[in-house]
Amino acid sequence: MNRRTYNAAAIAAEIAVPVAILVAWQAWTVQAQDPKFPRLSTILVEFREMWLFSQFELHVVPSLTRIGAGFGIALALGILLGIPLGLSRWGRIIAMPHIEWWRAMPPPALLPISVVLLHSIENRQKIAFIAFFCLFPILLNTIDGVRGIDPTLIETARSYGMRGFERTRRIVFPAALPQIFAGMRTSLSLAVIMMVLTEYFSSTSGVGYVLLISKNTLQLAPMWAAIVLIGVLGYVLNLLLILVERRVLAWHRGWRAATAQ
Amino acid sequence: MAAPDLASTVAVGRTRPTFATAAGRLAPFVVTVLSIAAGLAVWELVSRSGLLSEDDLPAMTTTFNELWSMMHTREFWVAFGETVRGWALGLGIATALAVPIGILLGSSDFANRAFRVPVEFLRPIPSAALIPLLFLTLGTTLKSEVFLATFGAFWPLLVQTIYGVRDVDPVALDTARSFGVGRFERLYRIKLPSAIPYIATGLRISSAVSLILAFTAELFMGTGGLGQIMNVAESFGLTVQVYAIALATGFLGLAIYVLFSAFERWALRWHPSQRVTAK
Repeated sequence: MNRRTYNAAAIAAEIAVPVAILVAWQAWTVQAQDPKFPRLSTILVEFREMWLFSQFELHVVPSLTRIGAGFGIALALGILLGIPLGLSRWGRIIAMPHIEWWRAMPPPALLPISVVLLHSIENRQKIAFIAFFCLFPILLNTIDGVRGIDPTLIETARSYGMRGFERTRRIVFPAALPQIFAGMRTSLSLAVIMMVLTEYFSSTSGVGYVLLISKNTLQLAPMWAAIVLIGVLGYVLNLLLILVERRVLAWHRGWRAATAQ
Repeated sequence: MAAPDLASTVAVGRTRPTFATAAGRLAPFVVTVLSIAAGLAVWELVSRSGLLSEDDLPAMTTTFNELWSMMHTREFWVAFGETVRGWALGLGIATALAVPIGILLGSSDFANRAFRVPVEFLRPIPSAALIPLLFLTLGTTLKSEVFLATFGAFWPLLVQTIYGVRDVDPVALDTARSFGVGRFERLYRIKLPSAIPYIATGLRISSAVSLILAFTAELFMGTGGLGQIMNVAESFGLTVQVYAIALATGFLGLAIYVLFSAFERWALRWHPSQRVTAK
């Protein structure tokens, strides 16, 4: 088989396999007649009716706001704390035990505590919870990124008389950026999970809340539509971040090498 | 920057360790211990001073006391064992599925491309979204918990295994082929060893994910375990107990993390990335 026919076959398979999976899902749900597994077509119709866009503002916007705010806080804190910690050995020796403890803590174990401690099941608790657990991947990756910088780079900047802040902004931060983005990708997918968990645990709005209510009232089609929406949200947010990363890191050698292949 | 480096080289050159070098090696350890002690002291003070009410944040000593007395009950250890069981089954089944499938998808460019879209689409799906579905289909059984933990732990391991198999040195592979080494032996002798560091990283990530989801299943669906007794304590307003269970869960998470990152370091010991950081 020559190169061209092989490529054509591979592209055909790339399209055929997902289509086959969806067709199999539809066929199985039609044949099973199980109310717990509504037909794929029913789910998609429900999806359109709920999310495009009658309940979009009521439930999707609050969820996205919480993800955005929590992720944003985590990003700012992670970089602001991570750069000095990456530069200071003693800072790391002091901070690492605390960071290691919280990053190993399973997030749902703090769900009831976050409600008690913050006296809230509204945005304050949701955003704080999302921000807290999104912090660690960004923080740890920033620290690693800063530590991995070629010392010659910093020494050169110093010998050119570049001052502390200037050096951090123009040398340290850009050099750590590829690794910071790696942390951001982990954190963003974590943010979606934390959003679902906090809303499913206690709330009055959001996609996780719809999931909980439709389960409690045994409305299976809306429940499936919410599951599909959460999947789409996770996928789209991940895609958006990759696009941003590609733009911001266009100068980076690793990226150029990776995209050239 | 240059000065301390010089000092340490000189110190290493000496035959007997001096007091200064011994102190230099001991200092980080002492500071670590002091830092942990300071953290615990702050917790105690914030609560005792009334900065945060003791109803909201029980003092550190109160919480540890509660955990200590819980550790003398059978219920605690049963719940602890159930959580560990859910975690282990989830991680074990995920490994048994993800590693062979990852090797399969990673070894064949065609298979990898054919399944790329479904994998990329299913991977970021938060497994938490499946909780209501599992609740309605499998109910509050161990099966639900294990399914959830397996689903979550499967993806990081699968992706890492695929990367690992694809990252195999092509020269080593071609050399083996030209020496007439068979397909199976190439897999066993070359592809698998070179993928093991990646699999170890995947295992570290998945071991945490599996615990999170086992606990989540217990908290939300009422499957037996630490999550379930936390849910009960919370609904009775037993805040101290909620904190003690969170503490126990944290220690379990920490133990799993320490264990699997030690394994990762061991699997990576020959890898260039380790040699660079070991300088």
